[in-house]
Amino acid sequence: MARILSILVGLFFTVALLWSFGNGAILVATEGLGEETAEHAFHQHPKDLKLASDGAFGKFDRQQLQRGFQVYKEVCAACHSLRLVAFRDLAALGYNEAEVKAIAAGYQVPGVDPNTGEQTTRPGLPTDYFPKPFANDVAARAANNNAIPPDLSLIAKARHNGAAYTYSLLTGYQDQPAELVEKFPDSKTGEGLYYNPYFPNLNLAMAPPLVSDGQVTYGDGTEPTVDQMSKDVAAFLVWTAEPKLEKRKQTGWPVLGFLLFATVLGYLSYRNIWADKKKKKS
Amino acid sequence: MSFPWANEYKPQAPFMQWMDERLPLPRLVYNAIGAGYPVPRNINYWWNFGILAGICLVLQLVTGIVLAMHYAANAGVAFDSVEHIMRDVNWGWLMRYAHANGASAFFVVIYIHIFRGLYFGSYKAPREMVWLLGVVIFLLMMATAFMGYVLPWGQMSFWGAKVITGLFSAIPLVGEPLQQWLLGGFSPDNATLNRFFSLHYLLPFVIAGVVILHIWALHIPGSSNPTGVEVKSESDTLPFYPYFVAKDGWAMGLFLFLFCAVLFFAPNMLGHPDNYIEANPMSTPTHIVPEWYFWPFYAMLRAFTYDFLFIPAKLLGVLAMFGSILVWFFLPWLDKSPVRSGGYRPLFRKFFWYGLIPTMALLFWCGGAPAEEPYLMISQIATFYYFAHFLIILPIVSAIERPDPLPYSITEAVLGEDENAQLGPAA
Repeated sequence: MARILSILVGLFFTVALLWSFGNGAILVATEGLGEETAEHAFHQHPKDLKLASDGAFGKFDRQQLQRGFQVYKEVCAACHSLRLVAFRDLAALGYNEAEVKAIAAGYQVPGVDPNTGEQTTRPGLPTDYFPKPFANDVAARAANNNAIPPDLSLIAKARHNGAAYTYSLLTGYQDQPAELVEKFPDSKTGEGLYYNPYFPNLNLAMAPPLVSDGQVTYGDGTEPTVDQMSKDVAAFLVWTAEPKLEKRKQTGWPVLGFLLFATVLGYLSYRNIWADKKKKKS
Repeated sequence: MSFPWANEYKPQAPFMQWMDERLPLPRLVYNAIGAGYPVPRNINYWWNFGILAGICLVLQLVTGIVLAMHYAANAGVAFDSVEHIMRDVNWGWLMRYAHANGASAFFVVIYIHIFRGLYFGSYKAPREMVWLLGVVIFLLMMATAFMGYVLPWGQMSFWGAKVITGLFSAIPLVGEPLQQWLLGGFSPDNATLNRFFSLHYLLPFVIAGVVILHIWALHIPGSSNPTGVEVKSESDTLPFYPYFVAKDGWAMGLFLFLFCAVLFFAPNMLGHPDNYIEANPMSTPTHIVPEWYFWPFYAMLRAFTYDFLFIPAKLLGVLAMFGSILVWFFLPWLDKSPVRSGGYRPLFRKFFWYGLIPTMALLFWCGGAPAEEPYLMISQIATFYYFAHFLIILPIVSAIERPDPLPYSITEAVLGEDENAQLGPAA
């Protein structure tokens, strides 16, 4: 009885599936596997990017993080917030206490007037977080062609291939290929948008932010090419997304070493305990 | 219950004797996971995954309780409180990565554990109750994992919650009110987050309770084994301590090694980048996908694309998704073959390795892919086989199959001969 019932239930599901499958197959046979889209045809995977923090032994290149911070501060910060990072965190980039205080003091953060209680601004302290460039989303949209510049704190973890994506996006602006417009006339890059094959839908509201070599002046003598600046800021954003990345990798090795040691010991004692219980080889 | 030859607990130290007369807890442990529990000597490494699942549960409980000390279940601050854990709490990143990857490890282990049971017929008499309780644990795990994934309040948290609770709206008549009751509103929001946190903290302890029942039920007939032949005499078994403690011990070391390799060097490998974007009800992600361990069931949900017999496709998908696991409850009565182990069932074995396993692989693959062709057609074929396998093929196979000859006993299977055997094969 149970089996007959089960076969009936089984038949119900399988026939329902055949129905879906058949209808889907007819649709595919008559109309193909859907229209090809411009995004599908022209989107490109991020370029290769090697950073010092990559790999199991990866460590941050603090010189590069400082350069990347400089690019963020002088270029990106005009539109992009970094709300999860506090000035005190910058000590991890190799700045000493006085330098952190000076960097913080260079920012105006929201405050309260101690005499009147009115909203005002005051110089930042190391405990403060990076202030936001726009008062709210409406202001951000109004200033950026109706797009909100995303917060950059976690961007390296919030995109596939985070660092390589950032680097590719910053160096990937180009004219829209004539071939694309020919094949997909509806996908012409719109007013106020910029073509970039590394962006998921190919058209980005952000104007190319790094346009000329020497846009920032590095203190350490590194040549500030667009490529170099893009790499540096990508490296910096890896750090902002996971300041504990280096610690994590450094902790991993002794842990794995210990576990390997314990596992080998465990295996040997297992062999020892089972020695006379295994099948005898004849 | 145990076998007559099981070692008896004999406390030596006066304190342990005093204790044994008043609260025989050491005796319980001795008989459960000590020298007092005789285990079939031939169980292979697939039998290590039960203990590993227990280790995962403890790992999740410990890391989860610590995380709850720093997490704030409020839609306004939940996302930032997780980042606070990652950045400012001492070793918070370790706790959080261990908990997130621990969920994945738990499911890897549990899937192997379940499919070991399916292959070796561990669901058959006299272990039906062990199996049924196991399915209950799996369902509780799924509910717990789903609600846990909502807590960081990222984009996938929010939209995953929206899609999964939306399934309930497919139920006729009561669907929509039920969905609103579950969410505490019309869409996932603070009320949803709060109740999910509450239940996410509660359910693991319910799981721990059902695990105790699962182990209790297991200890009545004792563990199954790869031959499927029941234990006959003392030479078929070895005491749990020291033999299986040693075997589980080194397997645990290996498991923790692999787990830590992922935890320290690729902790975001199994996560979705979108969950590092704070939940935004106004912005729908391009592809909403659940965590990888739900992919087979997500694929089955989406496999039904056309209404059938006036039943809406969405409802069919929901029925299939829940039905795909509910069918496991009936397995002991669908597969009536008296032979337990797939090792002695030639026809069953073919359907298992060439049917069920590739089907699960396809479902995993399609569940993570976008809901478009050709993935839909592939998941339709795979879902077709999945239901056919359990509901049609297994009942028929168990009726017509001619099993291979079984060894006389476990001893014979291991040592090649058993002196108790009257009709053993020619030596």
